[in-house]
Amino acid sequence: MKDQPILEVTGLTKHFKIGRKQTVHAVDGVSFTLKRGKTLGLVGESGCGKSTCARTVIRMYDVTAGKVVLDGTDITDMDQKQLKPLRRKMQMIFQDPYASLNARMTVRDIIAEPLLAHGIVRTKTQANDLVYPMLEQVGLTKEHANRYAHEFSGGQRQRVGIARALVLQPELIICDEPISALDVSIQAQVINLLKDFQEEQGVSYLFIAHDLSMVRYVSDDVGVMYLGQLVEVCEADEIYRHPLHPYTKGLLGSIPIANPRLARQKVKSSMEGDIPSPINPPSGCRFHTRCPYATDRCAQETPVLKDAGGGHFVACHQV
Amino acid sequence: MQPVLEIENLRTSFMTSSGEVQAVRGVSFSVDKGEILGIVGESGSGKSVTSMSVLRLLADTAVIKEGSSIRFEGQEMTSLTKKQLRAIRGEKIAMIFQDPMSSLNPLIPVGKQVEEMIREHHPEKGKEELKRAALELFEKVRIPEPERRYKSYPHEFSGGMRQRVMIAMALANKPDLLIADEPTTALDVTIQDQILHQLRELDKEYGTSIIFITHDLGVVAELCDRVVVMYGGLVMEEAMIDDLFDHPAHPYTMGLLASMPDLEQDKSVRLTPIPGSPPDMTNPPAGCPFAPRCPYARNLCAAELPDFVETGERHRSRCFLQYPDAPADGNNPFAHTSGK
Repeated sequence: MKDQPILEVTGLTKHFKIGRKQTVHAVDGVSFTLKRGKTLGLVGESGCGKSTCARTVIRMYDVTAGKVVLDGTDITDMDQKQLKPLRRKMQMIFQDPYASLNARMTVRDIIAEPLLAHGIVRTKTQANDLVYPMLEQVGLTKEHANRYAHEFSGGQRQRVGIARALVLQPELIICDEPISALDVSIQAQVINLLKDFQEEQGVSYLFIAHDLSMVRYVSDDVGVMYLGQLVEVCEADEIYRHPLHPYTKGLLGSIPIANPRLARQKVKSSMEGDIPSPINPPSGCRFHTRCPYATDRCAQETPVLKDAGGGHFVACHQV
Repeated sequence: MQPVLEIENLRTSFMTSSGEVQAVRGVSFSVDKGEILGIVGESGSGKSVTSMSVLRLLADTAVIKEGSSIRFEGQEMTSLTKKQLRAIRGEKIAMIFQDPMSSLNPLIPVGKQVEEMIREHHPEKGKEELKRAALELFEKVRIPEPERRYKSYPHEFSGGMRQRVMIAMALANKPDLLIADEPTTALDVTIQDQILHQLRELDKEYGTSIIFITHDLGVVAELCDRVVVMYGGLVMEEAMIDDLFDHPAHPYTMGLLASMPDLEQDKSVRLTPIPGSPPDMTNPPAGCPFAPRCPYARNLCAAELPDFVETGERHRSRCFLQYPDAPADGNNPFAHTSGK
């Protein structure tokens, strides 16, 4: 039971119909496993489907095809009523701490709401016994409880969002760009907080971000998505030291290096062009239109994700 | 060499219902010809307000205080009328912003908008000449298929392509100074990388001076020659790019560098965040604005504002710990560097 992964996703596909004829292929055949107490990072350019993937996993969206197994339970086709008891196990932290907190509720009520909704406590007074320690755990105080979200800074708001997710003691938390809206000096505070919780409570994270160095730092495994598909996934350090997919290489090469001498050695930009539209994704390997190594085969045949050795999975004909 | 831009003791405030917000509180720095100067700081540091003060692109509630001076190519800008500033804007000084969509007209094809930018300042140019110039700019900023894209509307472009259009517009009249306010913040790293390379090439080719405003020290390292670090409406440190990373001379800069993981960061070691949050500028602290968050702060730091100390060639830091008479005990990170 202990070895059972918290999350198993197989062939996950999410299409959105727009109008009568067109379909957005947001997520296409993504498979991964998230081990208990670990962190899987998902990276990729905007529009690559990483957020849609996470939101489909947590069943904010219905699944078009594929399978999602949470803690041994298949939740793929459950309706919202069946899902409700399971929602305790999976929570989400959002990017924008300004938009994701109700402006008309006090911090206490924001954190107490999930406790009441899941019937863990019956009254607000009972909720306080859980809310106050939670506030302290995220570095806020009892005095903050009666204030409204707008009275807080971005970093403090994100702490409230984290407290709301953690108060249910979930087993899986989806972190969708949890630090992107925060100042650099505040980002490290929030990341340390998330890491502490993982150590203390063994919570698992699906961590989505575009800051690749932060993703490497928090993740045990990292998956790279391109245009709705997972193109490479393996242990975090391995993917940064030995990227195999040309897209991963380009993505990593684009990270600004906080070292002026090393930065000057870069002669040209790592990747040309923009990500194509997911409405009519390119045939074969979806990256072939931007790939410097693409051959005829890449345009025709879709590469499958296969083990290149030691659990380093990559979907590329050239590897 | 005569600097292109000299800012001296700039103070800009916003008069709001909850009092005066002192966004910029006495900022001085200059930009050399052909130089790329980075201004780094977090939200509320005053970095954007400083650059917006140059062309006075500020809200109506803003006031540039008495005694502030902004000299562009020797000319005092603070005494110019809005009309005179408009003649300089787009011609000698151009700006690009984080969100290109808000700076482009959604109803006019992008090519026309670039043409308009040229015609505004060169009404003598003919139709053919304008189109040729605009197409040339599209090629320069590497917009693929310029002939076809010329007729496209802004919504048909991706974020990265829109930013290229903005750069094309900004360069239309070969300005002497380009002010870029977080132009890559909303873009993916791959596109950011392309835009940064483009800016560097254009800087080389035209000799345009660039002020690049960002919160990202990585971007600064990639692009800039020199850096100004701002916090709480003040310049905290100013240095050549290598110096800043090799020998940061202000605890705030050190804190920023320590709080971001690089790709070599040991994952078992916790990050070193800067505790607390930035000051409230309606009621700025009397002393060093960073003192409440500074691990090295002493009583003096909260009470008085330190002056700049030269810590090297073109390197200055606003910190009491850099003073020659600062105690060299264990809690002074600069004790060994000051050599006193």
